[in-house]
Amino acid sequence: MTLLRHASAAIVAAVIIGAASGALSPFRNFQLAEVAVYVVAIAGLTVLIGLSGQISLGHGAFMAIGAYVAALTVTHLAWPAWAVLPASAAAAAVAGAPVGVAAARLRGPYLAGATLMLAVALPSLADKYPGVLGGDQGLSVAITVPPGLGASFPLTRWQAWVCVAAALITLVALANLGRSRVGRNWRAVRDDEVAAALAGLNVGRLRVLAFVVSAACAGLAGAMLAITTTLVSPGSFTVSLSIALLTGAIIGGLGSLAGAVWGALIIVLLPTYITNLATSHGLSTALAANIPIAAYGIVLIAVMLLFPGGIQAGLRRLARPAMPLLARLRPVRLLRSLPMSSHDLRRHPPGSEHQEEGTI
Amino acid sequence: MNRRHRVRFPALIAASAALALLAAACGGGSAGGGGGGAAASAPGITAHQILIGSHQPLTGPAAPGYSEIAPASNAYFQYVNAHGGIYGRKIKYTYLDDGYDPSKTVSVVHQLVLQDNVFAIFDGLGTPTHLAVMNFLNSSKVPDVFVASGCACWNNPAQAPETFGWQIDYIREGKILGAYIKKHFAGKKIGYFYQNDEFGQDGVKGLDYEIPKSQVVSRQSYVPTNTNVGPQVAALKAAGAQVVVSFSIPAFTALFKLTSLKLGYNPTLAVSNVGSDPLTLDGLLQAFAKQAGKAVNGAALTQGIITDGYLPSLGDTGNSWIALFKKVHDTYDAKAPFDGNVLYGEAVAYTFVQAMLKAGKNPTRASLVNAINAGLPQGPSVAPYAFSATDHAGITGAYIGVIKGSAIAPKTPVYVTGTSATSPVTVYSGSQEPAPGSGMP
Repeated sequence: MTLLRHASAAIVAAVIIGAASGALSPFRNFQLAEVAVYVVAIAGLTVLIGLSGQISLGHGAFMAIGAYVAALTVTHLAWPAWAVLPASAAAAAVAGAPVGVAAARLRGPYLAGATLMLAVALPSLADKYPGVLGGDQGLSVAITVPPGLGASFPLTRWQAWVCVAAALITLVALANLGRSRVGRNWRAVRDDEVAAALAGLNVGRLRVLAFVVSAACAGLAGAMLAITTTLVSPGSFTVSLSIALLTGAIIGGLGSLAGAVWGALIIVLLPTYITNLATSHGLSTALAANIPIAAYGIVLIAVMLLFPGGIQAGLRRLARPAMPLLARLRPVRLLRSLPMSSHDLRRHPPGSEHQEEGTI
Repeated sequence: MNRRHRVRFPALIAASAALALLAAACGGGSAGGGGGGAAASAPGITAHQILIGSHQPLTGPAAPGYSEIAPASNAYFQYVNAHGGIYGRKIKYTYLDDGYDPSKTVSVVHQLVLQDNVFAIFDGLGTPTHLAVMNFLNSSKVPDVFVASGCACWNNPAQAPETFGWQIDYIREGKILGAYIKKHFAGKKIGYFYQNDEFGQDGVKGLDYEIPKSQVVSRQSYVPTNTNVGPQVAALKAAGAQVVVSFSIPAFTALFKLTSLKLGYNPTLAVSNVGSDPLTLDGLLQAFAKQAGKAVNGAALTQGIITDGYLPSLGDTGNSWIALFKKVHDTYDAKAPFDGNVLYGEAVAYTFVQAMLKAGKNPTRASLVNAINAGLPQGPSVAPYAFSATDHAGITGAYIGVIKGSAIAPKTPVYVTGTSATSPVTVYSGSQEPAPGSGMP
């Protein structure tokens, strides 16, 4: 039933976006594809952090793996998009497994440090093997519109369709996973590992699984990015990309898939919007160039001050008074019957304790 | 739980739909460009305007120095606009910040081409950044003229017919520097210090064509993201390199100089043109020393650095080109220092105006490309351009000079060469025409 509901919601969204993309300019279609890329990457990360309680500063590296797999399979094997995307996700998942095993043994800053190292080191492999991976110049990804759609079909619209479809499928899959036994077990591990272990859960395996799922999402996003920009180069997968993903997940609301959509929208659209606004008000280009960076910081601070749980939690809080009946009907969650530790309180400041569980 | 879930999941649809509507609402505004009737011969061209775009590092690691280039180009365009424009059309130059980050370059260039409908991309700055959009520009048939980078990769007319270089490519530059060092430092131990990407590797390739391999005692590279060059400088010192040839951006030329100062190492330094602008180096040296809690005389440290130049020397105030660009700078861009970056920006803008005038009264994207393929007159550069249908490299020669005061004092005549190992480095026999009195090509 859940699957059916999520799938039908995704189909409705696909129809709306598909219809809208026909009316959009090529640049807006390009942005739509970009947003879809970030939705997938942030959704994977938000599941990892919000549900399983692990952090990663290295998801840019998994995106790089997905992107290079996409470039290589398109160039050498001429695979179509429907085969390239799952293959890239699978490759990143395979790479994510050993990292996940290591990550399951690390906590807090150590885990952050280990994953950060991955983000720094991995993209420079391309410089090490310029013959296969194209070095600094990168590899181009020859994407063409399928002939069935006609010769005049804009490439950017096709790219947007592919990316939006992949993003919706990912969201449905993650929403179902979060609602499944696995998702409930992740939350149990996140909230109290000792209690979860006492309840018979295999904590280590669950943490590794979360990491693999999350890496697969990042790999898929990397392949989508390759399809959108038609070029894969190490310069696109810097540490700042990994940080941007984390920022997106936090702004949107950790653990919330709708929050991932908000985070992606802010990361992609805010800089362009602010630059346009600044230049159209007659500011010099040099000044206008610095405004998005400042605006980004201000938005981050404002969101954290106003909605500590992220945009999605904030919206939910604003909507709550309008739905008193539903609020009263809300059943008591299994996990809240578990004893709350001080650890738990630290992670969830009072007032934000509902933030993660609802959406997934 | 089910009940709550039923309420929540539609938030996803709501968000998706909101995205679609938002995008649709924003999308409406961009369609109405180019309503200039018969005069609109191509995208970005109206009866009164030519719209061109660029990606530039206005923030980030490459911004010091390089962020002056686009405003300087714009200053020259304003001068042209004030003197009749190009067949009556005024140039509008939109340059967006990419922070020297290739993924941002992709985004801003898509915006310029797909949303703003620019006629051409002009002087896009940086090798890794511009490589990220070269495919897109060529497959979209958008002229990609005078890339601000000396990578040999812009010269690929078969696969990238829309892309043209402008400044001397790093292979030619390496050869000209290498030939000078071979001649003047025979028997000395030579070390290389270079950026580990196309820029540094192309430069080293050119150097190796000229300098005997047995003379090179150490080859050290850096990546722009790691500002600790201590190990590299120590290795050069340990190898006993008496002359160090550096293919570095200004920030790393400054870091090399400061680090070698700290290690008590003082080799003769030869730096490629992109990393040797004296005023930029002076500022960087002082800023870096200040960060470390020390004060240095930046200008004094740069004196005697060997470098090459493909535009007239800023110190040559009697040169008609310098006089013209100084005049334009003082009128339209006076806030910036009149340094090598400003000279670069104005000179490349002059070349663009030359090309647009050749492209005809009703220019199209194809006519601009054809005009450059037919060759351009030399203009402000000291050596001729290589432009032809089969060669998209830019300036083919340079002179060697040393930093004296805040300018480069030429020491040799202008040399020209090709990009292959066998093409000789020869003295250029022609001479540079003076700048036109009107300041217009």
